[in-house]
Amino acid sequence: MAYVASVPKESFRLSMLVYDTRYRSYTIQIAVLILFLAFLGWLLNNTIVNLAAKDKDINFSFLFQRAGYDIDQQLIPYTNDSTHGRALFVGLFNTLIVAFFGCILATFIGVFVGVLRLSKNWVVSRLMTAYVETFRNIPLLLWIILVFVIFSETAPAPRDFRATDEMVAAGQTPAASKIFFDSIAVTNRGTNIPRPFLDHPLGHVSVLDVPINLSVVAALALIAVCVWINRRLLAHAKAVQEETGIRPVVWWKSLLILFVPIIVFLYALGFHLEYPELKGFNFQGGINVAHSFTALLIAISLYTGAFIAEAVRGGILAISRGQTEASYALGLRPGKTMRLIILPQALRVIVPPLISQYLNLTKNTTLGMAISYLDLKGTLGGITLNQTGRELECMLLMMAIYLVLSLIISSGMNVFNTAMKLKER
Amino acid sequence: MKKSVMLGTLAASALLAGFASAGTLDDVKARGELICGSNTGLTGFGAPDANGNYQGFDVAICKALAAAVLGDANKVKYVPTTGETRFTALASGEVDLLVRNSTWTFSRDNDLKLDFVAVNYYDGQGFMVHKDLGVSSAKELDGATICIQTGTTTELNLADFFKSNNISYTPVTVADDSEAQRQYLAGACDAFTTDASGLAATRATLPDAENHIILPEIISKEPLGPVVRHGDSNWGDVVRWTYYALVAAEEKGITQANIEEVAASTNDPEVKRILGLEGDLGAMMGLDKEWGKRAIAASGNYGEIFAANIGEGTSIGLARGLNALYTQGGLQYAPPFR
Repeated sequence: MAYVASVPKESFRLSMLVYDTRYRSYTIQIAVLILFLAFLGWLLNNTIVNLAAKDKDINFSFLFQRAGYDIDQQLIPYTNDSTHGRALFVGLFNTLIVAFFGCILATFIGVFVGVLRLSKNWVVSRLMTAYVETFRNIPLLLWIILVFVIFSETAPAPRDFRATDEMVAAGQTPAASKIFFDSIAVTNRGTNIPRPFLDHPLGHVSVLDVPINLSVVAALALIAVCVWINRRLLAHAKAVQEETGIRPVVWWKSLLILFVPIIVFLYALGFHLEYPELKGFNFQGGINVAHSFTALLIAISLYTGAFIAEAVRGGILAISRGQTEASYALGLRPGKTMRLIILPQALRVIVPPLISQYLNLTKNTTLGMAISYLDLKGTLGGITLNQTGRELECMLLMMAIYLVLSLIISSGMNVFNTAMKLKER
Repeated sequence: MKKSVMLGTLAASALLAGFASAGTLDDVKARGELICGSNTGLTGFGAPDANGNYQGFDVAICKALAAAVLGDANKVKYVPTTGETRFTALASGEVDLLVRNSTWTFSRDNDLKLDFVAVNYYDGQGFMVHKDLGVSSAKELDGATICIQTGTTTELNLADFFKSNNISYTPVTVADDSEAQRQYLAGACDAFTTDASGLAATRATLPDAENHIILPEIISKEPLGPVVRHGDSNWGDVVRWTYYALVAAEEKGITQANIEEVAASTNDPEVKRILGLEGDLGAMMGLDKEWGKRAIAASGNYGEIFAANIGEGTSIGLARGLNALYTQGGLQYAPPFR
């Protein structure tokens, strides 16, 4: 003990920053940090100086000026009199809707294919392998263009749907007709689907110039309440089953709770479908889904689905064979084994790569510009950028928006991942 | 102290980098090559021919300029630019000038910090439709789907035209002419709109040109011309006066074929000044005496360039119209060479 106490107290010398292992790591870290900050500073300074040399400034006021151009797909009201800022939001919503449906579709495709790829049926598993390898090894852009060209080149023109008086008199039918009980028209411009229409709608409220349809809000609220009541019912049934060993019959109650209120509600509001009709050059009425949207959605889902399938397959293979054997030993059939035993465990392995696939999908929507889909890249990073000449501002804004979008998706998925994680007690 | 010295050095070097590109004329001479921002492919105006060499009405200006500055009309590198990328390419210094049927507008001239130095083609926006659509006027296009090239003034004109006539349309925005053409031919849009000259050029390449008509309405003014960066007046002058030399040559009857003959025999002092036989106009803008002669010899005078690329003798078949010399009722007018 005395030996330790007798060590002379060393005073701090400057050379210790380099030669003393206790301080060296700090020295290196601080030096690297300073270099990095200096590099950032140089970038920033270079930008400012070069902008000044070109007599340009950084100014976001263009967002409040009249845009002057039209956008065909708009989820919030927009005309060419609206501002560039509003065009930005129209584009953002167009990005979000493709990303949203794309993630759902890709997940369905991915899980389906990933499971089937492990099938014992040789034909099925080979088919799925062929799908995965074809889609993930060919650039997404080519798929998008291919799907779009197939749609726009093979579908009939709107005028082919027209039955003129002479044709009716001659007993001829038009060259093309609507599908699905005469309700959906696929033309070379887009797909026209029926639109839900209410005779006595509840009206709109406007929040920040975005009209919110009260009928839809009420319907969603009603569905949420019904689902909640149904869950209570099932929980009650489970409690009864655990207490008495006999499960009460609830399926018809469930059906009643889930469907009757919403049907009554829609009937009261006078719900019916508005079908697309050929008027003038195009189909009018109904909802016109542009092929650029459909093509982008299909291509991006099939492409990302192939990657998700691989993640799913990897996840399933990571679960030890013993789990399957144990499940079989308990008498569960293969389908139930997969659904109840394997997949829930595999999810823990699947979710992290799934997050990055969702992020990829969202960012890949920018490729829609190749087929004139006006997403955020098309409005803010395309037309607005061109018409105003504010490249730097538009690019910075766009990067910030995609960054925020990606962070939101990944934090949402991380919450899910935490919930799925093996609970350690 | 040390930090501020370092930042100062950085700022100084960045400043130098900024100013290094200020003298485009010197850059071009030092490089020995002119970099010309051109169309990705618009027949007659700027498109690669069967051998991959760029040819066309706009391209001829690049050639004349290369001949004037570098003495060789072939020392040009053509950088294809789309409607979206063209101004960025010019502003960033990727190209020395842009000759790519770009419309001269107030905001491009001022806000984008560009300089339009001349108008080589007075144009206006029109519509092309299939003949069997049964439309004879653009005002009958209510409810039509219209293909439009993005990043252009036509996009805004289109919105204004339909608005002022109280009719509606569905826009299909496409990135370039070839995609617009594909979609139009596939029937994905009822009408295709762009500058009337561009429509004529597109129509000329269609296999069944007779089944397509260009509607009579011209809905906008589209003065198209070469563009340079703002703040480099000397380079702007070189481009401007090279172009005017071509116009003046037509006025004075100097052609590619007779230029040597004219140079030997002329008594007109202005012709002598243009051809560098008298005075020293070239030196005033940093070129040699014979710049004008070489520019005209490259592809001929304005009228010859027009006739060879887009005139009535070609498949595009555009009439001179507004682009005739002022002496023949047009707007092409070269200021005096003096």
